[in-house]
Amino acid sequence: MIHLLSATVHQITPEGIIDRYPNSYNHFVLPFVIGITFILIYLFIGLIRILYHLSGEDRIKLLKSLFNPKTAWKNIKDIFCDCLLHTKIWKRKPLLGYMHSAIAFGWFLLIVVGHIEVWLFAPRHLSGLTEGSLYYPIFYRFFIWINPAHETLRGSVFFFIMDFLLLYVLSGIGLAMFKRVRSIALGMRHTTKPSLADRIALYCLWLIFPLRLLAEGFTADLSGGGFLTRPLNWVFRAFFGNELNFLPTWWAYSICLGLFFIAMPFSRYMHILTEPLLILFRNAGLKVRHPRKGFAEAEIYACSSCGLCLDACPMNAQKKNLKYSSVYFIRFLRRHNKKKTKEIAEKCLMCGKCYALCPVGVNSPAIRRAIRETQNNSINCNYSYLDTYAGKAAEVLSDKTRGKILYFAGCMSHLTPKIIKSMETILQASGQEYEFMDRNEGICCGRPLMLAGRTDAARKTIEANTKIIKDSGCTILLLSCPICLKIFKEEYSLKGIEVIHYTQFIDRLIKEGKLKVSKSSSAIVYHDPCELGRGCGIYEEPRNVLRAVAELKKASKEKDESICCGYSLGTLTLDEKDKAKIAESSVSSLMAEDPEEIVTACPMCYRAIRSKAEVPVKDFAEIVCERIENNDKN
Amino acid sequence: MIDFGFSVSPSSRINLDNADKEKFARLAIAEPDVLKCMACGSCTASCTAGAFEDTSLRRAILSLQNGLSDDASKLLSHCMLCGKCTMVCPRGINTRHLILSIQKIYSL
Ligand code: SF4
Ligand code: SF4
Ligand code: SF4
Ligand code: SF4
Repeated sequence: MIHLLSATVHQITPEGIIDRYPNSYNHFVLPFVIGITFILIYLFIGLIRILYHLSGEDRIKLLKSLFNPKTAWKNIKDIFCDCLLHTKIWKRKPLLGYMHSAIAFGWFLLIVVGHIEVWLFAPRHLSGLTEGSLYYPIFYRFFIWINPAHETLRGSVFFFIMDFLLLYVLSGIGLAMFKRVRSIALGMRHTTKPSLADRIALYCLWLIFPLRLLAEGFTADLSGGGFLTRPLNWVFRAFFGNELNFLPTWWAYSICLGLFFIAMPFSRYMHILTEPLLILFRNAGLKVRHPRKGFAEAEIYACSSCGLCLDACPMNAQKKNLKYSSVYFIRFLRRHNKKKTKEIAEKCLMCGKCYALCPVGVNSPAIRRAIRETQNNSINCNYSYLDTYAGKAAEVLSDKTRGKILYFAGCMSHLTPKIIKSMETILQASGQEYEFMDRNEGICCGRPLMLAGRTDAARKTIEANTKIIKDSGCTILLLSCPICLKIFKEEYSLKGIEVIHYTQFIDRLIKEGKLKVSKSSSAIVYHDPCELGRGCGIYEEPRNVLRAVAELKKASKEKDESICCGYSLGTLTLDEKDKAKIAESSVSSLMAEDPEEIVTACPMCYRAIRSKAEVPVKDFAEIVCERIENNDKN
Repeated sequence: MIDFGFSVSPSSRINLDNADKEKFARLAIAEPDVLKCMACGSCTASCTAGAFEDTSLRRAILSLQNGLSDDASKLLSHCMLCGKCTMVCPRGINTRHLILSIQKIYSL
């Protein structure tokens, strides 16, 4: 063995590899060269266009983020995990994750290792644009002849790696074909209907790797091969005899590659190249400003049409509403179909589930809001009364609230007085000093206007509320409505004031020992309101508290997969019947483990779920209130 | 004018010829729920903006039916789209979209 090794080491010279074609060219490379040239030019123009449509401020933000070591590291990590390994899909559906990563990561490695191979054995083909550097590494095996007597260990290692990677990709492709036939097997109820360009690109993609296997199999006796290609070569030789049969397969391989690249910009596979750009934009903190240009364009082309948002969308409780899902919305956006995109944008509940579950992180609710803004922002309104009100309210609160908690119930809590009453009981029992901002009259937080695309109008209510809150001198702004919470966190600038939801606040009171509660044996389930869970990322605090007061059961879909109650203020055009259907599906998910009571932490969800549930429904504050043990409870 | 201590109220007669039927038809297509209102007034009773200014969806719908579209626009111009009226409407009317549609179709 040692003897053998030293013998091979002796022979590691590039001379063992001989060019079969003196100028390293054969006509079959043309389709590939045309395809790759087209896609490179297309990419370049597309990139310039997107950057051109970003606002100047955003461009500077982007540039800065690229040179910030922290974001730069995050960029690399995200691109690696999301674009190549597809960790997000792995986490939810392992088999589907394997499929995506096998194709993406496998293909990536094939390209990288292929180039390393060429760099080691035929380096002159990588220098500049001479001697076929565009296509040579791809078709390397065609152009060389290796004297079997001169085969090196280093060469064999590469043969093995390349064949192994090819097998890895092929296993992914096999799963993809299987998925087309039976999507349920990979954990998806609905898959998207592919468009024509999608189909062309898809079939090319399916063919590329089997053809590569065939092509390299045919040439394995000349170029050498690994555990896949060499046995294949023996079989071929036994059947076909004449090895010159192989040129047509190399042609077919090249045509498939070329066709794939040409179909790419018109198909879903554009996501492969756009996703890294979207990651850079997102990590730079850019926001959607225009429904179709700049950032939105990057989002649109980054969508892989994977269809995971179909199963996610609560509107799919009825099959007829599948057409409003994000994947179709984005497809219409790509085709500039204004009528359809407007219709879909107005339907959406803005529950954010498609965004939360999207493996690419396409923020389609933000694009929908941008479309609504183009429609509704110009509506005239007469908000002069807001200033008068804000002035008066600020005067009333300003002295007595300094350093205290300011409780803002919001419009919706006022429709459910139980919540307000329970909140006041809890605050008093735990000895908190507070003032009530909108006990008798109050104005809206602005979130419903924002969701409807009336940004300028929303700014006016935000301004008025900000004045009252700031002038009051409070240190904590306590909210019982997640809809308010979302906009207070996102759009208000209240420096020095802690904005907190009552679920977080009560959790804190219990942890600090200021509120004592007793545990009952009744089985309850908690419904995650969209704006609180996906909107503000609050999942654990309410559960901590509920575990302290009752037996907490699980819903079949919960946390970021929770199903919207259907009555979200996000939708503009969804009608009562559709909303009721969504509420039913939300309730049936909650009833998975037969709880005796349902608890939620949003006045909107409370009313919606109560209308459909057969068990009692309680608000979060209400159930805590029932179990207070403090002696001074009144 | 001499102040007699009383005045003659203006005529409240409605001239339906002034009603823009085409606009109302467009509204009924944009939001068919407008035809479902039974003028119960729950929306007005719960209205957030109503605490400050004269705001009433019920009266806005009636005004539109009577061809008084300017009155309707005025009655909704203070609305903050808070959605309380949607929650209380016994007919399940999509009031927020109705308000938006009225504001867009009858913009002054
Ligand atoms: S929006 Fe996201 S989840 Fe939906 S199809 Fe596109 S990539 Fe998939
Ligand atoms: S935000 Fe919710 S309702 Fe809207 S498309 Fe996404 S999942 Fe569906
Ligand atoms: S949405 Fe407008 S009309 Fe309806 S309750 Fe709110 S402020 Fe009043
Ligand atoms: S609550 Fe509904 S039915 Fe009643 S007046 Fe208002 S819109 Fe009409």
